[in-house]
Amino acid sequence: MSETPSADIVAETGATRVAYGGQWTIEAGGRLEIVARRVDDLTDAGEAVLDLSRLDGLDTAGAWVISRSRDRLEESGRGGRIVGARPEHATLLREAAYAPVDPGPATHRGAASLLGDMGESVYLAGRDLVAGLDFIGRIVVVALKGALRPRRWRLTSVAFHLEHMGLRGAPLILMINFFVGAIIAQQGVIQLSRFGASSLTVNLVAILTLRELGVMLTAIMVAGRSGSAITAELGAMNMREEIDALRVMALDPLEALALPRLIALIVALPLLTFLGDIAALTGGMLVTWGYGGVNPHAFWGELQYPISVTRFLSGLGKAPFMALVIGVIATMEGFAVQGSAESLGRRVTASVVKSIFSIIVLDGLFAMFYAAVNV
Amino acid sequence: MKTPAIRVRGLDVAFGARKVMDGLDLDIRRGEVLGFVGASGAGKSVLTRTILGLQPKQAGVIEVDGRDLDKLTAQERGRVERGWGVLFQQGALFSSLTVRQNIEAPMREHLDISPALRAELAMLKLRLVGLPPDAAAKFPSELSGGMIKRAALARALALDPGVLFLDEPTSGLDPISAGEFDALIATLQATLGLTVFMVTHDLDSLYAICDRVAVLGQGRVIAIGAIAELLQSEEPWIREYFHGPRGAGRGAPAKRRMQAS
Repeated sequence: MSETPSADIVAETGATRVAYGGQWTIEAGGRLEIVARRVDDLTDAGEAVLDLSRLDGLDTAGAWVISRSRDRLEESGRGGRIVGARPEHATLLREAAYAPVDPGPATHRGAASLLGDMGESVYLAGRDLVAGLDFIGRIVVVALKGALRPRRWRLTSVAFHLEHMGLRGAPLILMINFFVGAIIAQQGVIQLSRFGASSLTVNLVAILTLRELGVMLTAIMVAGRSGSAITAELGAMNMREEIDALRVMALDPLEALALPRLIALIVALPLLTFLGDIAALTGGMLVTWGYGGVNPHAFWGELQYPISVTRFLSGLGKAPFMALVIGVIATMEGFAVQGSAESLGRRVTASVVKSIFSIIVLDGLFAMFYAAVNV
Repeated sequence: MKTPAIRVRGLDVAFGARKVMDGLDLDIRRGEVLGFVGASGAGKSVLTRTILGLQPKQAGVIEVDGRDLDKLTAQERGRVERGWGVLFQQGALFSSLTVRQNIEAPMREHLDISPALRAELAMLKLRLVGLPPDAAAKFPSELSGGMIKRAALARALALDPGVLFLDEPTSGLDPISAGEFDALIATLQATLGLTVFMVTHDLDSLYAICDRVAVLGQGRVIAIGAIAELLQSEEPWIREYFHGPRGAGRGAPAKRRMQAS
C-alpha cells in the first residue's frame, strides 16, 4: 500500500508514452500533484499516450488528476489518449473525470471595507437600542396582561430560575465582593495613613461598596454567569425549533421563556447585591482590623456615620434596573441565534459584552441622576 | 474465504445494568452492502457507534482487515479510521462551515495537498453525490433535508474511504428522494468499490441495494443473509417485519431492481 505514485516518461518513435505506476490514491497527498504536474508540462515531441496498464491502485483523487493531465494535453494538442486502463479504473476515470472548477468570487478587504464595517456597526448599535426599547415595551405588555390572570403565572419556572441565578450564584458573589472589599480597605489603610487619616478607611469602604462597586460587581458577575446561560439556553432552543414549537401551541415565547427569567433576575439581583454588600463590608472590616488596628466593634460603630438609609438604598435601587438590562439583552440575543454553532457562540459573547457595557453606562447615568437630586 | 472488512466477535455493550449487546458476532464482507435492521431501541446505532469507537465496549473483539482494533497504536488506529466514511443520521455537518469547507475539512486535516486541488476534489465529491455546484457556498442551515444527506455523504467520501457507514440514510426523505439516494449509494458503491454498512428501516432500501441483511434482536444478530433467505425465516419478529402490513405487497428483489432501472 505504501507504493508512491509514479509516471515514467518514455520516448517512443513519434510518440511519448507516460507509464503510470504505484498507488494513485489520496493517501499519496502532495506526491500526486507533483507527479501529475510533470505530465501536464510534458513538452516532448510527438503525441503523448497515457498508459495505465501498470497502475496498482486508483481512487477518485487519482482519477481526477490523471484525467486533468489528459484534458490539458488534449487542449494544447499534445495527444493525451489513455490506454491499458483496467475496467474498474476506466469506470473511475469516467465518473471522476476532470471538469474545470470555478474558484468562486475572490473577496477583497481593504481600507474602504474597514470604514464600511465601522459605519455598519454604529448603525447596528443604534438599531439595537431601538430594538431593545421595543422589546422592553413588549415585555411590559406581556407582563401586564399576565398580571391580570394569576392562573397563568409561571411560579415554578420563576422559582427554578431564582434558585439557579440567585441561590447558586450566591457563593461566587459573596467571595468576589469579600475580596474586593478587603482590597479597597487594604489600600485605604496604606494610603490614608500617610495623612494620618486611616480611620477614614471605613468611610471609603462603606461608600464605595454600598453606592457603586457592590451593585456593579454583582451585576457584572450575574451578566457573565446568568446572562450568558439565558442566551445559550434560548439560542439552543431556537436552533432546535423548540421556540417555533411553543409558537404553534399558541404560546408567546416572551411570556413562557423571557418573562420568568426576567422576573427571577429582577428579584435575584437586589438580593445578591445585598449579600455582596455585606460580604464587602466584612472583607473591609477584617482588613482594617488586621492592618489598621481598628477592631470590629469600632468598625461597625464608625459605619453608622457614612451610611444613611438613602445611601444604602441608592446602591441597592440600581440593581433591578441593571437586572432588567441584563435580562433584556440576554433574551434578545438568545432569540436572535441562527442555525449555526458559530452564531450561538457569537450571540453569547455579544450578550455578555453588551450587558457589562450597559451596566457601566447605566451606573454612570445613575451617578449623574443622584448628583442632580442630591443623594 | 477472504478476511472480512470488519469482524466483530463476542461484543458486549451495557449501559449500567442494561445489556444492549450480548455476545454479538458480525462479519462485514469486503465490497458488500450490508443492511442492518432491528426494532427501534434494539441498539443498531449503538453497534455502529461501538465499531466506530464512539461507545466503549465491555468485552469482545473488533477486527478490521484481520487486525484487532484494541491492539493498534493510536497512529495505526488513526490510519484505519481514515479509511472509514460515516454518514450520521442528522448529517452532522459543521454548521459554521460552508458545504465545500465541510468536505474539505478532513482533507485539510489529513493531507498535504494544495488548496487548489483540495477545492477541485471537493467539487468532484459534490458532483459525485449529485449536488449542483452552487450548493458549495451554502451553509448547512440553508439546505433541505435531502441536500444535507448528500452533502454529508460527500464529506464522508472526502478521503476516499474503503468502508462507508450509513446511519438511516433515507430517513426523513420522500420516497422519490429516498429512491434516488439508494441509487446513488449503489452507483458509488459500484464505482468506488466501497464496503457499505447501512443501518436502515427503509424496506425499499433493503430490497433495492443490500446484498445481505442482518437482523438484530436480544443483543445479537439473530439472522443474516440475502433478503430472499430472510423472507423464508420462521422467526416471528422477522416474519412480522417483512410480511407485516408495511412489508407486504412487495415483489421479489430482482423484479424491483428491474423496475427501478
